[in-house]
Amino acid sequence: MLFLTSLIAGLLFGVGLIISGMTNPEKIIGFLDILGNWDPSLFFVMLGAVFISFFAFRLASKKPVSFLGQTMNIPTKKDIDLPLIYGSIIFGIGWGLAGYCPGPAIASIATINSQPIVFVIAMLIGMLVYEVIKRIQEILKK
Amino acid sequence: MINWSEVTVINSLFGGILIGFSASILILFNGKIAGISGIVGGLFRPKKNDVAWRLMFIVGLLISPILFSLFRPLPNITIDANITMIVIAGMLVGIGTRFGSGCTSGHGVCGVARMSHRSIIATVTFILSGALTVFILRFITQSLGNI
Repeated sequence: MLFLTSLIAGLLFGVGLIISGMTNPEKIIGFLDILGNWDPSLFFVMLGAVFISFFAFRLASKKPVSFLGQTMNIPTKKDIDLPLIYGSIIFGIGWGLAGYCPGPAIASIATINSQPIVFVIAMLIGMLVYEVIKRIQEILKK
Repeated sequence: MINWSEVTVINSLFGGILIGFSASILILFNGKIAGISGIVGGLFRPKKNDVAWRLMFIVGLLISPILFSLFRPLPNITIDANITMIVIAGMLVGIGTRFGSGCTSGHGVCGVARMSHRSIIATVTFILSGALTVFILRFITQSLGNI
């Protein structure tokens, strides 16, 4: 069942991205082009998504386990630390350069366009670099 | 100035609502946050019973355009970035989302829905960063066009 709900969630997510045009980098860059030709569509996507999710998370916060008995993995970290800030800045730069973030890129791979495929490979390399840095930091702490 | 001809309010809201249902299903049934960078990133340190659900979600994402195209033609997309920019962008997104603990889905949707201060600040930060990047790129390309 857990695999089914996860699969369905992934399918819904992808279809939602496609319907809303979020798999089109031009629409993302248009949203980020605040001072130029601004396309606020992404704002409405977030509005719809946050509105629905709000109720789910309210319910989730009251449940110790999920409907299928899984531990609730809701983040507990509260402090605003430096990695949150510089990580978000770096992510934003990449996002603005290509108009892709992880979700839409992965959802575009099956269209067999080279750009999302190259983006995802580069993204995985970037995540690998992060893991290497993290491990070095952990070793240095010991 | 708002680009009125490109705004797609109904499609955007409807797509967003589907994304909201996706995140709702994942948290209420699996107890997991629908943050793509986190779902993928977690595969780099695989833990017991923590891999399969991630792969299933990614499979769902991967086949979503195939499912979509059974009902409607896939929308046209326009990508201006050249391959070099895409490689750099991908790496920055990979590194940045991991240090920042999330992306548009994890922070922007789930975090904001939870009213998490961390996520609200992260979301504002990466949107501003992205906007500044687009602004500078536009400025550069326009300046080069004027030479």
